[in-house]
Amino acid sequence: MPRISALDMPDVPMGQLPEHLELQRTRVLCGADAPTHTEGIQYSGAYASMEVDIGLRIENFCRDFRIDVIRLTEDEMEFDMVGIDVALANAFRRIIISELPTMAIEKVLMVSNTSVIQDEVLAHRLGLIPIEVDPRLFEYISENDSPNEKNTIVFKLHVSCKRNGPRFTVKSDQLKWLPKGSELEMETGVKSSIKKKYTSFSCGQDTLPELSSKPIRVKHDDIIIAKLGPGQEIELEAHAVKGVGKTHAKWSPVATAWYRMLPEVVLLEEVEDEMAVELVNKCPVKVFDIEDVGKGQKKVVVSRPRACTLCRECIRGEGWENRVALRRVKNHFIFTIESVGQLPPETLFTEAIKILEDKCDRVISELS
Amino acid sequence: MEHGSLSNQKASTFSISDEDHTLANSVRYVLNQDPRVEFCGYSIPHPADNKVNIRIQTTGDPAKDVLKDALQDMVIISQHVRSTFDKAVIDFKASNSIAKVKSSHKGAGKSSKSAKMDIE
Repeated sequence: MPRISALDMPDVPMGQLPEHLELQRTRVLCGADAPTHTEGIQYSGAYASMEVDIGLRIENFCRDFRIDVIRLTEDEMEFDMVGIDVALANAFRRIIISELPTMAIEKVLMVSNTSVIQDEVLAHRLGLIPIEVDPRLFEYISENDSPNEKNTIVFKLHVSCKRNGPRFTVKSDQLKWLPKGSELEMETGVKSSIKKKYTSFSCGQDTLPELSSKPIRVKHDDIIIAKLGPGQEIELEAHAVKGVGKTHAKWSPVATAWYRMLPEVVLLEEVEDEMAVELVNKCPVKVFDIEDVGKGQKKVVVSRPRACTLCRECIRGEGWENRVALRRVKNHFIFTIESVGQLPPETLFTEAIKILEDKCDRVISELS
Repeated sequence: MEHGSLSNQKASTFSISDEDHTLANSVRYVLNQDPRVEFCGYSIPHPADNKVNIRIQTTGDPAKDVLKDALQDMVIISQHVRSTFDKAVIDFKASNSIAKVKSSHKGAGKSSKSAKMDIE
């Protein structure tokens, strides 16, 4: 932005912000060296001297807030969230990554493992395998709880490699769900006729209405767990429990979730002819296009500002900063969620909002 | 949980356990939008402690009430975001299924055309 003395600026009617302040409030300005005005104006009375109130009113928020879905597939979605502050957008992102529960393998009971991969490494690898099941059907298990059908999912893995055969690759489809719970008997040291199992299921999980139609399985069948040489064997039982991403990333329901502010590319003056060609070629992501204005004259138009990565190539070099302005819109977020597969991305987002509501309710009840 | 003087209710620090930036930063934002709030900020005293301290100073109202109002506002905002999002997803799915049907019709038309051309 060109520097103008405040004395030379036109008068602005009361109750309205001067153009440059409005720009600094709503946009991040990206200069060739560094971005400026990156911070948001927090205090609602910041512009009180100009009789401008930037405070949040719920009814204004409800009127202006907007969501547009751009892309939605089985496990990925992108949407525009307009008219919300970073604080809340970031809260949603943080919750999706670290506070949405899923089911993941937490305990592994090794019966035998003669493969080259060590027990603890194998157990860690098993933990990272995504399990396709709705975590809302289960409860958290606490330290004193005994594992039952409400809080534990049991898988069995029993593979071996023939003595004279080729090497064998163990993949995740070898994990077999045990809906009736653990098959292993606990060693108690006491001789009794009744042997205790590692889980105490009161009924088979496959009889539960939600699970009978959709049996529990791993999300991807082709994850390599281990490789066995001739004569090697793995026999184990894996117990999956409910947890959240902040305890361990294996419980995170997303590969990642992120947002970026909407890029805004503005031509401060007409860019024509050779300069036009130069500008179009400068941009590696093809934000600009050339438009013919007749008589062999060319003009630049900004046709794909969303593609802009703010690499700032277009404002490098003498004088270019006066022709092109790169900005980001502070209250327009391009939000992307990449689900691992336990829950569809749209459910993840609504569940995240519910968690934020629960947090607020908890503090409200603690206050009163 | 609340630390403030009994004689002066307009300034308090609230110590909330089992919370982090997720709640504290959002609450700080909503509080700053309230004209009754003179100052508001939060800190996490130690990264290993699972708690946040939220400081609120108001122009006169009890800090506790202002915080409660802010949390209630946040619930309303969240509910609005949720309903807007659900609607956007339903609209997108509906328009997309129409587009799919249309494109499959088009595709069928094209293939039959090309088949005809082959015959010719």
